[in-house]
Amino acid sequence: MIINQYIVLILMYIGINIILATSLNLINGYMGEFSVGHAGFMLTGAYVSSLITVLLVPDQLLIWAFPLAIIAGGLAAALLGLIVAIPSFKTRGDYLAIVTFAFNMIVKSAVENIDTVGGARGFLGMDRLTNPFWVIFWTIICLYVIRNFVYSKFGRGALAIRSDETVAELMSVNTREVKIWAFVISSFFAGVAGGLLAHLIQYISPSMFDIVKSTDILVMVYLGGVASLAGSILGATIFTVLLEILRPLQMWRMVIMPLILIFLMLYRPKGIMGLKEFIYFIPRRERL
Amino acid sequence: MILLTVKDLTHHFGGLCALSDYNLELKADELLGIIGPNGAGKTTIFNLITGVYKPTKGSIRLEETEISGKRPNAITGLGIARTFQNIRLFSELSLLDNIRIAHYAKTIYHPLSALFQTDGFGSEETRVLNHSRELLAFFGLENEHQTSAKNLPYGLQRQLEIARALATKPKILLLDEPAAGMNPKEIENLMTLIAKIKKEFALTIIIIEHQMRLVMNICPRIQVLNFGTVIAEGNPKEIQTHQGVINAYLGKKLK
Repeated sequence: MIINQYIVLILMYIGINIILATSLNLINGYMGEFSVGHAGFMLTGAYVSSLITVLLVPDQLLIWAFPLAIIAGGLAAALLGLIVAIPSFKTRGDYLAIVTFAFNMIVKSAVENIDTVGGARGFLGMDRLTNPFWVIFWTIICLYVIRNFVYSKFGRGALAIRSDETVAELMSVNTREVKIWAFVISSFFAGVAGGLLAHLIQYISPSMFDIVKSTDILVMVYLGGVASLAGSILGATIFTVLLEILRPLQMWRMVIMPLILIFLMLYRPKGIMGLKEFIYFIPRRERL
Repeated sequence: MILLTVKDLTHHFGGLCALSDYNLELKADELLGIIGPNGAGKTTIFNLITGVYKPTKGSIRLEETEISGKRPNAITGLGIARTFQNIRLFSELSLLDNIRIAHYAKTIYHPLSALFQTDGFGSEETRVLNHSRELLAFFGLENEHQTSAKNLPYGLQRQLEIARALATKPKILLLDEPAAGMNPKEIENLMTLIAKIKKEFALTIIIIEHQMRLVMNICPRIQVLNFGTVIAEGNPKEIQTHQGVINAYLGKKLK
């Protein structure tokens, strides 16, 4: 029984990580920007949804309010995504990385300094409302929405931005529109993942959502492959499972994981599935 | 009918004056050639018209709409498309995607209808897909629609760039040295192609070129640029005998 519960827990982590990886892949993979602040959106979703379920909703309504709380967390994160999208109009590459890094820091330190939500000590009191059903539900919604976005003029616009932003604009792509929607959708799902995680481990603190967490998500994206949904699923799964398998090695885990990454970047710089897609993820009219 | 009116267009790069007081009245259905030495400001004109640069001074009007200061995607949406001196395709994407991306402004649906896969979204996507394939077929590239653009031979990459520009449904097409790097046979084919697309897509064309054979053959009107100013304008015959043009650009025949 204990073994089973453990496996179910790992599967839920995998689901949450798939949501994180696919949503970041939209920005870093498909659009080719370099965002390193994904954990900042996660934090927003985690805190907003937790505050709602702990402080606002009476206990007997919790089960019904939970999905709404998750959505509210996602929307709050999406609002911040909208704000982060604006500097991306002017800067890209290294400079946008610094902007998103700063965003991650700002959100984290802001929460650390708000005593009413526990400050640096963190926040608890959430019921364990996240279950396999909700994880699967949100993973599917996330994959469906991002797939639909990617296989539309907006997704193709994102690929054009990745390839050559100036030419994309000259070929009539409204790059600002594409960036806004990509950031809003991406941060929404990061917020959702944050909410799910908060109600799974029942404790959140700002330090859980620092740059190290953002880096973990980056690793999943680049391990699995840029601009590929199948890649992100694979990357999130391998990363989560590997982390568990290597747990007995303790400290050495932090040596082996980066080594794996280095070799991957040397031999498959675009990741396992880079720019390729699992055929059944491609809409039928696109399978030519 | 006058399609494009450019008045006193001036552009400075820091202290360097790349273009000064450039004027143009382009009639619908015209084919204008712009020639001149390297660095004369030819490509700068294209970059100003398409919104890549903001002019220091001057106005650009497409029919009745002032377009200077608008963003490049808006200008392209209004009907001005271009190709590039150095080929700039979306090289790792397929031919089909290269063409479909250029449909952006002419594809009408809201992001939410894409996310929820509405019927309107589906039919619009199918329309774009079919139109893109027709366009590729026009250029004889229909069998390679899944190939990455970078894997096409050089001559076909040039053609794909033209096809991609046409996908935006332009009124005016700006061709920036379309014959660069081509051999005489390919230039011959290019001339036929330009005449064919001009007729088929009812285009007005401005062409920047160094291949005199091509310019003198197909452009009824030619402007010559030197150091950012127009030094001569007229038909091929007038240009060939213009003393200023011979001194600045064409050179004398060997005795």
